[in-house]
Amino acid sequence: MLQTALTEPTRPSQPGYRDSASDIPMAAATEAHALFVLDKLEVFYGSFRAVRDVTLQIHANEITAFIGPSGCGKTTVLRCLNRMNDLIPGARVGGTIAYHGIDLYGDEVSATEVRRRIGMVFQKPNPFPKSIYENIAYGPRINGVRDRGKLDQIVEKSLRAAALWDEVKDRLHGSALAMSGGQQQRLCIARTIAVEPEVVLMDEPCSALDPIATARIEELMRELKRTYTIVIVTHNMQQAARVSDRTAFFTAELDPKAERRTGVLVEYDTTSRIFSNPRDERTENYITGRFG
Amino acid sequence: MRHPGDPILAISLEPKLSWRTIKSFVMSGLMIAAFVAITIPLVLIIYSLVARGAPVALKAFPDFFTAAIPIVSRRSGPGMGPAIVGTLLCTGGATLIAVPLGILGAVYLHEYGKMSAFARLVRFMAMVMTGVPSIVMGLFVYVLWTMRFGYSAFGGALALACLMLPIVIGATEQMLRLVPDHMREAAYALGATKSRVILTVVLPAALPGILSGCLLAVARAAGETAPLLFTIGAATAYNPHLFENANTALSVQIFGNATSSFAAAQERAWGAALTLVVLTFLLTLVARIVAARFAAKR
Repeated sequence: MLQTALTEPTRPSQPGYRDSASDIPMAAATEAHALFVLDKLEVFYGSFRAVRDVTLQIHANEITAFIGPSGCGKTTVLRCLNRMNDLIPGARVGGTIAYHGIDLYGDEVSATEVRRRIGMVFQKPNPFPKSIYENIAYGPRINGVRDRGKLDQIVEKSLRAAALWDEVKDRLHGSALAMSGGQQQRLCIARTIAVEPEVVLMDEPCSALDPIATARIEELMRELKRTYTIVIVTHNMQQAARVSDRTAFFTAELDPKAERRTGVLVEYDTTSRIFSNPRDERTENYITGRFG
Repeated sequence: MRHPGDPILAISLEPKLSWRTIKSFVMSGLMIAAFVAITIPLVLIIYSLVARGAPVALKAFPDFFTAAIPIVSRRSGPGMGPAIVGTLLCTGGATLIAVPLGILGAVYLHEYGKMSAFARLVRFMAMVMTGVPSIVMGLFVYVLWTMRFGYSAFGGALALACLMLPIVIGATEQMLRLVPDHMREAAYALGATKSRVILTVVLPAALPGILSGCLLAVARAAGETAPLLFTIGAATAYNPHLFENANTALSVQIFGNATSSFAAAQERAWGAALTLVVLTFLLTLVARIVAARFAAKR
């Protein structure tokens, strides 16, 4: 179990809290709301080191984007943040990830409890083959909500938050699989926020969607960051530039020992800085399209 | 070469007789022939069953399905009532034993044991069990149960359960493998525990397939004769007790009557055979309807 200090997460409640990245005073923001502190994180799959030396901080109520070419370990790092990597046989983590100052991979920490607080939206929309209602109610149910009225409330609230309510309110008990891809992905977001997590991790949430559906999800993300902290992995640089407050650029480097490519964090800064004035040449090459 | 603006020459969209189209044609023909070939035995079986069994069963309707079996087998007339009850008892008992055990076993193998040494051993043993002749299962239960507690439908149920178990395990594990990992991940990401994920996501998604596998096992067990021969004994009167006294079953009656030299007995064998097939069919139908209802509710 996470310590009880974590049961009441501190969330800045004023709406519109820090809307644009450019006005973050760098030094002040670094420590102020560091929700996750990653220190020299490395991840192994068996003997293969997939990613190494990731040191960064993720801030509350911001959208943090992980960008980089395929195989650079950005999804791997994302999946460490709610211990989804535990499910992959042979996955091993080095370095530390502190969440509210608690070591996520500490002996006392339950992965289940971590995932309850840190939700995840996947690349491919993955609704359960149940009704729309049951999809949303699943999370609250496993967390002990039995009361029908309460569940109805949660379902409506979550669907409204995911800007889906008006489209589906008349067919809540119809199959979720009958929805369009964009609707399914918003349903997955609604399902995630129905358990009231503190953080929502998104692993390329728009890669299977068309531009219109993508625009809706991006709009939704901007709404959601008032309440939640969002970390998104994306292949789409424009998307990172559009929605995120901070951007981490990863790349894959040839590991001289293993003869395999290992992901490294190249640069992490405010999004405006990464896209206008990157410090590392590799970042510049990537964002200008000369590489990757 | 054609340039933009040139008049379009006459084109033909009709199929050309090339090697490719001939091959496709021949292959389609072969497939249809194969389908017809495998249908012939099925049609013939059903035809002879109905042609020879239906008059027997319907001549004395409904007595054939309710009356006791004649003690003297050369005497003509109904019925198969006790055998129907015996089959239901043995098969039902076997299902109650094998289906829960088999599903639990498969869940262990696929969700917990995975590729561990123990899981691999269990998986291998289940595979070996599939190949054990059914009469050996009968002997096994005879030694283990019948020699101590005497003939009863339960002995038959045990023997049939041994036969069903590997089928249920195999089919269920196959179905669990078909549940996509992204569905498990979705549940884990909401903070579900492993057991919760299995109970609320994996098993419901795999249920239709698991049910099909179980039905296959039930149908197989309902038609088995050998495992029942030394485990349930012989009876001609109704015995609705699962644990007491000798019993009989349709398959045993078919075997006994068909090998008899009396025409009356042979007739009853045809009737019993038709009854068994119809019984299995009805069972499958009911299970499918229940499954469809269940699937629609989700």
